[in-house]
Amino acid sequence: MPELGQRYRAAFAASAERGDGPLLFPFLAAGFPTPAETPELVRAALRGGAAGFEIGVPFSDPLADGPVHQDAYNVALTAGATLETALDAVRVARAESPDAPLTLMGYLNPFLAHASSSDRSDRDPGSAVGEPLDALARRAAEAGVDGVIIVDLPVDESDAAREVLAGHGISLIYLLAPTSTPERIDAVARRASGFIYLLSLTGVTGARDQVARDLADFVGRVRARTDTPLAVGFGISRREHVVQVGTMVPAAIIGSALTATIASAPPGGRAAAVERYLEVVTGRRSETTGE
Amino acid sequence: MSRESGAFGPFGGQFAPETLMPALAELDDAWTEARADPTFAANLDAMLRDYVGRETPLTYAERLSEQLGGAQIWLKREDLAHTGAHKINNALGQVLLAQRMGKPRIIAETGAGQHGVATATACARFGIECIVYMGEEDVRRQALNVFRMKLLGAEVVPVTSGARTLKDAINEAIRDWVTNVRNTHYLIGSAIGPHPYPVIVRELQSCIGREARDQLQEKIGKLPDVAVACVGGGSNAIGLFHPLIDDPVRLIGVEAAGEGLDARHAATLSAGAPGVLHGTRTYVLQDEHGQITEAHSISAGLDYPGVGPEHAWLMLTERAEYVSVTDDEALDGLKLLSETEGIIPALETAHAIAYAARIAPSMSSDEVILLGLSGRGDKDVEIVRDALAARGR
Repeated sequence: MPELGQRYRAAFAASAERGDGPLLFPFLAAGFPTPAETPELVRAALRGGAAGFEIGVPFSDPLADGPVHQDAYNVALTAGATLETALDAVRVARAESPDAPLTLMGYLNPFLAHASSSDRSDRDPGSAVGEPLDALARRAAEAGVDGVIIVDLPVDESDAAREVLAGHGISLIYLLAPTSTPERIDAVARRASGFIYLLSLTGVTGARDQVARDLADFVGRVRARTDTPLAVGFGISRREHVVQVGTMVPAAIIGSALTATIASAPPGGRAAAVERYLEVVTGRRSETTGE
Repeated sequence: MSRESGAFGPFGGQFAPETLMPALAELDDAWTEARADPTFAANLDAMLRDYVGRETPLTYAERLSEQLGGAQIWLKREDLAHTGAHKINNALGQVLLAQRMGKPRIIAETGAGQHGVATATACARFGIECIVYMGEEDVRRQALNVFRMKLLGAEVVPVTSGARTLKDAINEAIRDWVTNVRNTHYLIGSAIGPHPYPVIVRELQSCIGREARDQLQEKIGKLPDVAVACVGGGSNAIGLFHPLIDDPVRLIGVEAAGEGLDARHAATLSAGAPGVLHGTRTYVLQDEHGQITEAHSISAGLDYPGVGPEHAWLMLTERAEYVSVTDDEALDGLKLLSETEGIIPALETAHAIAYAARIAPSMSSDEVILLGLSGRGDKDVEIVRDALAARGR
């Protein structure tokens, strides 16, 4: 079993040594637009410069997501995507890249459902949330998952889940928001491994024109209270955003803009669009010349 | 976690995005302070008396009881509250709370439109900006209530995601709240959502059960044998049940069986499984992958795939029973009360009536059913007309 957070630590350390940060962790909605296409999109993102992934587990009611991801999840679910599709994506990424940090990202209910018996009547309503995640954690670890983000599992409710995941070498990756109080930042800092995901703004996922003006202040407030590496996501879509975020934290996460890139690419051209987009936002390809 | 800290046994809790967690803590603090402040209670009581028209009557349903030939049925008349349903009790209380917190903007979700109307009403009364999220399908089904909200100065935002009903309206309201949390209070309309909402809504609706209990004691000197109420999210039911919880009273919640439990329905406790939806751990209608399935009921207010966590707890502890009634039976219940008592109930309420009609004949005439008449049916007459016509009646 790998040490908790080992791949994240190694990736951040290597990036710092190279001095070419920030690392880019794209978010890919598993199964969008179809489960069959997910593996080639994962490979394309790696070719384009992805340092790791957030693999999104489709959910029918993604209440922290904007329209782009709502639509993507709907399309994926209609095409038959499940949590298994996300684990498949992880397996593909792990096979391609033994060292890339791979993170599952989703909402609690599909994780709980996956963890329980297929016969719903067997679910024990008396168990604490998180306890049933053991089977899921084992399978996720086997697939190569390093961390899990559960959007609707705040730190207050997270201890059982964190311990179960840690038992399989998987970090529970915490989110902090600009509204997070010093007490909440400390509560996360005490528990965090891997990295802490900072939401750049108060709002749902979706591309924005500019990086939030108070981001540096927010990063500073968190930085003052923890040494765990930080990554910033929500609203980041362009190379200039990535560069700006890179002056504050060692990793950036791009979600909706990549999903929109996939959505607008023609069938057959999606992998190429993903690779090209990643090349642009990682700075490997100039945006303006389109070389 | 104790019940007071927000969990009902294994149910309840705060399964919300981090962005909202400080706001939930702020709400919890504000509620605790308001509860301890006699001025808040006095203001709320005065509003409930002089504006809402509380207490609402307790009516003996004489012809209904005679026709069914069994238990005495008593109706707690929330249909006579201002705006025509129990929803105003909660809306007014939370608007007063939002004022205490200095939140100038209020958002709400609505299914049948009753909570939206109640929220728009309370916001108009206090001059607060009001935005109501409503599934597009419900906007269509409840056009009259949409117009009422607009007359009251609220903005109604049709929600086009998912099944375009109550669940999707809640998702969209939460997305608004995540974005505007600093100046906005989310006025949840049922005893659902993350803590402290299920407790706040229960407390604000408990006037239903407190009054009914006192009124029944006064009129016939006894407690009810059975209390019956419809359950969607379950706010009118928990408001009726909670003050009776330590009494020897059977508590029966009636869910919407829609087209039948083997077809499309909204009977979450009867046919769902434990899960997490909209910030709370409760029973949820879901598939084997944990995807939330679409509920169906002829009544927009019951058309919800979750249920208040306290109801899940009352079921688990066997303190309350949960049963279900189909669309067809609800229509029968609506006609029955209309024809025997001259009261056209809401389609939601008609589910409770249909179940009371099922059990009353096997009870004795000195036994008492207390029925939560949660709302009036004016909003539903078009749907009822069409549904009866479609059934050739």
